[in-house]
Amino acid sequence: MSPAGTCDVIPGMSVPARIVQPDEWVPALRAGGAAGERAVAELHAVLLRAARFEALRRRSTLPWVGAAELDDLVLQAADDALVAVLSRLDSFRGASRFTTWAYKFAIYSTAVTLRRRAWRDREVSLAPELWQLVPDRGRQPQQQVEDGELRDALRRAIEALTPHQRTVLVAVALEQVPIDVLAERLGTTRGALYKTLHDGRRKLRAQLADSGLLEVTR
Amino acid sequence: MNDVLSRLLGPDEPEVTCEVCFDELDRYVELQLRGLDAEAAVPGMAAHLRGCPACSEEHASLTALLADGSTS
Repeated sequence: MSPAGTCDVIPGMSVPARIVQPDEWVPALRAGGAAGERAVAELHAVLLRAARFEALRRRSTLPWVGAAELDDLVLQAADDALVAVLSRLDSFRGASRFTTWAYKFAIYSTAVTLRRRAWRDREVSLAPELWQLVPDRGRQPQQQVEDGELRDALRRAIEALTPHQRTVLVAVALEQVPIDVLAERLGTTRGALYKTLHDGRRKLRAQLADSGLLEVTR
Repeated sequence: MNDVLSRLLGPDEPEVTCEVCFDELDRYVELQLRGLDAEAAVPGMAAHLRGCPACSEEHASLTALLADGSTS
Protein backbone atom coordinates (compact mmCIF):
# COMPACT_ATOMS: atom_id res chain seq x y z
CA MET A 1 0.00 0.00 0.00
CA SER A 2 1.24 3.46 -0.81
CA PRO A 3 1.19 6.14 1.87
CA ALA A 4 -1.70 8.57 1.94
CA GLY A 5 -1.11 11.57 -0.27
CA THR A 6 0.66 9.67 -2.97
CA CYS A 7 -0.90 8.21 -6.03
CA ASP A 8 -0.14 4.81 -7.48
CA VAL A 9 -2.71 4.95 -10.16
CA ILE A 10 -0.87 6.39 -13.16
CA PRO A 11 2.91 6.38 -13.26
CA GLY A 12 4.48 3.33 -14.78
CA MET A 13 1.22 1.68 -15.66
CA SER A 14 1.59 -0.96 -18.32
CA VAL A 15 -0.43 -0.83 -21.49
CA PRO A 16 -1.54 -4.32 -22.51
CA ALA A 17 -0.94 -5.48 -26.03
CA ARG A 18 -3.84 -4.65 -28.26
CA ILE A 19 -5.87 -7.57 -29.57
CA VAL A 20 -8.95 -5.82 -30.90
CA GLN A 21 -8.40 -3.70 -34.01
CA PRO A 22 -9.80 -0.13 -33.91
CA ASP A 23 -12.75 -0.78 -36.22
CA GLU A 24 -13.60 -4.18 -34.79
CA TRP A 25 -14.53 -3.31 -31.23
CA VAL A 26 -18.28 -3.70 -31.50
CA PRO A 27 -18.31 -7.10 -33.27
CA ALA A 28 -15.52 -8.31 -31.00
CA LEU A 29 -17.44 -7.34 -27.87
CA ARG A 30 -20.52 -9.10 -29.21
CA ALA A 31 -18.66 -12.21 -30.28
CA GLY A 32 -19.32 -14.21 -27.15
CA GLY A 33 -17.18 -17.13 -26.06
CA ALA A 34 -13.50 -16.82 -25.33
CA ALA A 35 -12.93 -14.18 -28.03
CA GLY A 36 -15.70 -12.01 -26.59
CA GLU A 37 -14.27 -12.38 -23.10
CA ARG A 38 -10.84 -11.27 -24.35
CA ALA A 39 -12.41 -8.23 -25.99
CA VAL A 40 -14.26 -7.33 -22.80
CA ALA A 41 -11.05 -7.70 -20.80
CA GLU A 42 -9.24 -5.42 -23.22
CA LEU A 43 -12.05 -2.88 -23.04
CA HIS A 44 -11.82 -2.96 -19.26
CA ALA A 45 -8.11 -2.19 -19.51
CA VAL A 46 -8.88 0.76 -21.79
CA LEU A 47 -11.48 2.08 -19.34
CA LEU A 48 -9.20 1.56 -16.36
CA ARG A 49 -6.48 3.57 -18.10
CA ALA A 50 -8.91 6.47 -18.59
CA ALA A 51 -10.20 6.16 -15.03
CA ARG A 52 -6.65 6.33 -13.67
CA PHE A 53 -5.92 9.34 -15.84
CA GLU A 54 -8.98 11.12 -14.46
CA ALA A 55 -8.09 10.16 -10.89
CA LEU A 56 -4.64 11.65 -11.26
CA ARG A 57 -6.18 14.93 -12.46
CA ARG A 58 -8.43 14.96 -9.39
CA ARG A 59 -5.85 13.78 -6.84
CA SER A 60 -5.45 17.21 -5.27
CA THR A 61 -9.17 17.34 -4.40
CA LEU A 62 -8.82 14.20 -2.27
CA PRO A 63 -5.65 14.69 -0.18
CA TRP A 64 -7.07 12.72 2.76
CA VAL A 65 -7.91 9.66 0.67
CA GLY A 66 -5.20 7.00 0.75
CA ALA A 67 -3.81 5.40 -2.36
CA ALA A 68 -5.46 2.04 -1.64
CA GLU A 69 -8.92 3.58 -1.31
CA LEU A 70 -8.34 5.64 -4.42
CA ASP A 71 -7.33 2.53 -6.33
CA ASP A 72 -10.56 0.85 -5.18
CA LEU A 73 -12.65 3.85 -6.24
CA VAL A 74 -10.96 3.95 -9.63
CA LEU A 75 -11.50 0.24 -10.18
CA GLN A 76 -15.16 0.59 -9.22
CA ALA A 77 -15.53 3.51 -11.63
CA ALA A 78 -13.94 1.48 -14.43
CA ASP A 79 -16.27 -1.43 -13.65
CA ASP A 80 -19.28 0.88 -13.76
CA ALA A 81 -18.07 2.35 -17.05
CA LEU A 82 -17.68 -1.14 -18.52
CA VAL A 83 -21.30 -1.93 -17.66
CA ALA A 84 -22.42 1.39 -19.18
CA VAL A 85 -20.45 0.89 -22.38
CA LEU A 86 -21.64 -2.68 -22.90
CA SER A 87 -25.25 -1.68 -22.26
CA ARG A 88 -25.03 1.15 -24.81
CA LEU A 89 -23.12 -0.54 -27.62
CA ASP A 90 -26.13 -0.06 -29.91
CA SER A 91 -25.79 3.70 -29.57
CA PHE A 92 -22.22 3.76 -30.92
CA ARG A 93 -22.52 5.25 -34.41
CA GLY A 94 -18.86 5.56 -35.29
CA ALA A 95 -18.87 9.37 -35.05
CA SER A 96 -15.57 9.08 -33.18
CA ARG A 97 -13.07 6.34 -32.56
CA PHE A 98 -14.53 3.63 -30.37
CA THR A 99 -11.92 4.19 -27.70
CA THR A 100 -12.74 7.90 -27.56
CA TRP A 101 -16.40 7.02 -27.16
CA ALA A 102 -15.54 4.54 -24.41
CA TYR A 103 -13.17 6.91 -22.64
CA LYS A 104 -15.94 9.40 -21.97
CA PHE A 105 -17.84 6.79 -19.97
CA ALA A 106 -14.77 6.12 -17.82
CA ILE A 107 -14.08 9.81 -17.31
CA TYR A 108 -17.70 10.49 -16.40
CA SER A 109 -17.89 7.55 -14.02
CA THR A 110 -14.61 8.44 -12.32
CA ALA A 111 -15.39 12.14 -12.09
CA VAL A 112 -18.79 11.50 -10.50
CA THR A 113 -17.36 8.93 -8.09
CA LEU A 114 -14.52 11.18 -6.95
CA ARG A 115 -16.63 14.33 -6.71
CA ARG A 116 -19.01 12.47 -4.43
CA ARG A 117 -16.13 11.07 -2.40
CA ALA A 118 -14.62 14.54 -2.01
CA TRP A 119 -17.92 15.87 -0.65
CA ARG A 120 -18.99 12.76 1.27
CA ASP A 121 -18.34 14.23 4.70
CA ARG A 122 -19.08 17.84 3.85
CA GLU A 123 -22.33 19.50 4.70
CA VAL A 124 -24.09 21.17 1.82
CA SER A 125 -25.63 24.35 3.13
CA LEU A 126 -28.55 25.39 1.04
CA ALA A 127 -29.10 28.71 2.81
CA PRO A 128 -30.36 31.25 0.29
CA GLU A 129 -28.71 34.06 2.27
CA LEU A 130 -25.56 33.12 0.45
CA TRP A 131 -26.55 35.41 -2.40
CA GLN A 132 -24.77 38.03 -0.30
CA LEU A 133 -21.55 36.47 -1.50
CA VAL A 134 -21.92 38.41 -4.73
CA PRO A 135 -18.79 40.53 -4.42
CA ASP A 136 -17.96 44.13 -5.10
CA ARG A 137 -16.34 44.49 -8.48
CA GLY A 138 -14.57 47.79 -8.01
CA ARG A 139 -13.73 50.70 -5.78
CA GLN A 140 -14.86 53.57 -7.97
CA PRO A 141 -17.94 55.38 -6.56
CA GLN A 142 -19.94 54.91 -9.75
CA GLN A 143 -19.17 51.21 -9.78
CA GLN A 144 -20.06 50.89 -6.11
CA VAL A 145 -23.46 52.43 -6.85
CA GLU A 146 -23.95 50.06 -9.76
CA ASP A 147 -22.85 47.13 -7.61
CA GLY A 148 -25.40 48.07 -4.96
CA GLU A 149 -28.16 48.30 -7.51
CA LEU A 150 -27.04 45.07 -9.09
CA ARG A 151 -26.93 43.27 -5.75
CA ASP A 152 -30.42 44.51 -4.85
CA ALA A 153 -31.75 43.44 -8.22
CA LEU A 154 -30.12 40.02 -7.89
CA ARG A 155 -31.57 39.58 -4.41
CA ARG A 156 -35.06 40.38 -5.68
CA ALA A 157 -34.59 38.09 -8.67
CA ILE A 158 -33.32 35.22 -6.53
CA GLU A 159 -36.18 35.69 -4.07
CA ALA A 160 -38.63 35.50 -6.99
CA LEU A 161 -37.36 32.05 -8.01
CA THR A 162 -39.16 28.91 -6.96
CA PRO A 163 -37.69 27.36 -3.77
CA HIS A 164 -36.19 24.51 -5.80
CA GLN A 165 -34.64 26.88 -8.35
CA ARG A 166 -33.23 28.98 -5.50
CA THR A 167 -31.76 25.93 -3.78
CA VAL A 168 -30.06 24.72 -6.95
CA LEU A 169 -28.79 28.16 -8.00
CA VAL A 170 -27.35 28.97 -4.60
CA ALA A 171 -25.71 25.57 -4.18
CA VAL A 172 -24.22 25.29 -7.66
CA ALA A 173 -23.49 28.90 -8.56
CA LEU A 174 -22.58 30.37 -5.18
CA GLU A 175 -21.46 27.48 -3.00
CA GLN A 176 -19.97 25.67 -5.99
CA VAL A 177 -21.33 22.33 -4.88
CA PRO A 178 -20.64 19.87 -7.72
CA ILE A 179 -23.89 19.24 -9.53
CA ASP A 180 -23.50 15.46 -9.18
CA VAL A 181 -23.17 15.81 -5.41
CA LEU A 182 -26.28 17.95 -5.24
CA ALA A 183 -28.14 15.54 -7.52
CA GLU A 184 -27.30 12.64 -5.23
CA ARG A 185 -28.47 14.51 -2.13
CA LEU A 186 -31.68 15.68 -3.76
CA GLY A 187 -32.38 12.29 -5.34
CA THR A 188 -32.31 13.51 -8.93
CA THR A 189 -30.00 13.64 -11.94
CA ARG A 190 -27.38 16.04 -13.27
CA GLY A 191 -29.52 16.72 -16.33
CA ALA A 192 -32.63 17.54 -14.33
CA LEU A 193 -30.72 19.84 -12.00
CA TYR A 194 -29.00 21.62 -14.85
CA LYS A 195 -32.41 22.25 -16.44
CA THR A 196 -33.52 23.81 -13.15
CA LEU A 197 -30.32 25.88 -13.03
CA HIS A 198 -30.82 26.97 -16.63
CA ASP A 199 -34.41 28.07 -15.98
CA GLY A 200 -33.35 29.95 -12.86
CA ARG A 201 -30.54 31.71 -14.71
CA ARG A 202 -32.92 32.71 -17.48
CA LYS A 203 -35.25 34.28 -14.92
CA LEU A 204 -32.36 36.19 -13.34
CA ARG A 205 -31.23 37.55 -16.68
CA ALA A 206 -34.79 38.56 -17.55
CA GLN A 207 -35.22 40.37 -14.24
CA LEU A 208 -31.91 42.19 -14.64
CA ALA A 209 -32.88 43.14 -18.17
CA ASP A 210 -36.20 44.52 -16.90
CA SER A 211 -34.24 46.58 -14.36
CA GLY A 212 -31.89 47.85 -17.05
CA LEU A 213 -28.95 46.21 -15.29
CA LEU A 214 -28.07 43.32 -17.57
CA GLU A 215 -25.60 45.48 -19.48
CA VAL A 216 -23.85 46.30 -16.20
CA THR A 217 -22.91 42.66 -15.81
CA ARG A 218 -21.09 42.50 -19.16
CA MET B 1 -18.23 39.96 -15.62
CA ASN B 2 -16.76 38.47 -12.47
CA ASP B 3 -16.80 34.76 -11.74
CA VAL B 4 -19.72 34.87 -9.30
CA LEU B 5 -21.95 36.76 -11.70
CA SER B 6 -20.87 34.46 -14.49
CA ARG B 7 -21.87 31.42 -12.45
CA LEU B 8 -25.16 33.00 -11.43
CA LEU B 9 -26.25 34.16 -14.86
CA GLY B 10 -24.75 31.44 -17.05
CA PRO B 11 -24.31 31.67 -20.80
CA ASP B 12 -26.65 34.11 -22.52
CA GLU B 13 -27.14 31.99 -25.61
CA PRO B 14 -28.73 28.68 -26.58
CA GLU B 15 -27.01 25.63 -25.18
CA VAL B 16 -27.35 21.88 -25.35
CA THR B 17 -28.45 19.82 -22.35
CA CYS B 18 -26.12 17.72 -20.21
CA GLU B 19 -27.46 14.61 -21.96
CA VAL B 20 -26.69 15.93 -25.45
CA CYS B 21 -23.32 17.13 -24.21
CA PHE B 22 -22.43 13.62 -23.08
CA ASP B 23 -23.73 12.05 -26.28
CA GLU B 24 -21.69 14.39 -28.47
CA LEU B 25 -18.60 14.83 -26.32
CA ASP B 26 -16.40 12.25 -28.08
CA ARG B 27 -17.14 13.60 -31.55
CA TYR B 28 -16.80 17.21 -30.40
CA VAL B 29 -13.39 16.68 -28.80
CA GLU B 30 -12.01 14.75 -31.77
CA LEU B 31 -13.13 17.54 -34.12
CA GLN B 32 -11.50 20.14 -31.88
CA LEU B 33 -8.25 18.20 -31.75
CA ARG B 34 -8.25 17.96 -35.56
CA GLY B 35 -8.65 21.74 -35.75
CA LEU B 36 -12.14 21.54 -37.24
CA ASP B 37 -15.20 23.60 -36.38
CA ALA B 38 -16.65 21.50 -33.60
CA GLU B 39 -19.18 24.16 -32.63
CA ALA B 40 -20.68 24.09 -36.12
CA ALA B 41 -21.11 20.33 -35.76
CA VAL B 42 -22.68 20.61 -32.30
CA PRO B 43 -24.29 24.05 -31.96
CA GLY B 44 -24.73 25.11 -28.35
CA MET B 45 -21.98 22.86 -27.03
CA ALA B 46 -19.53 25.68 -26.27
CA ALA B 47 -22.19 27.62 -24.36
CA HIS B 48 -23.06 24.56 -22.31
CA LEU B 49 -19.42 23.95 -21.46
CA ARG B 50 -19.23 27.53 -20.17
CA GLY B 51 -22.37 27.05 -18.07
CA CYS B 52 -21.94 23.54 -16.66
CA PRO B 53 -18.82 23.04 -14.52
CA ALA B 54 -19.14 19.24 -14.42
CA CYS B 55 -19.47 18.80 -18.18
CA SER B 56 -16.68 21.32 -18.67
CA GLU B 57 -14.34 19.32 -16.44
CA GLU B 58 -15.11 16.13 -18.32
CA HIS B 59 -14.56 17.87 -21.65
CA ALA B 60 -11.17 19.06 -20.41
CA SER B 61 -10.30 15.58 -19.18
CA LEU B 62 -11.21 13.83 -22.42
CA THR B 63 -9.26 16.43 -24.38
CA ALA B 64 -6.23 15.94 -22.16
CA LEU B 65 -6.51 12.17 -22.32
CA LEU B 66 -6.63 12.12 -26.11
CA ALA B 67 -3.77 14.59 -26.30
CA ASP B 68 -1.73 12.30 -24.07
CA GLY B 69 0.43 10.21 -26.35
CA SER B 70 0.24 7.07 -24.23
CA THR B 71 -3.46 6.56 -24.96
CA SER B 72 -3.40 6.69 -28.74
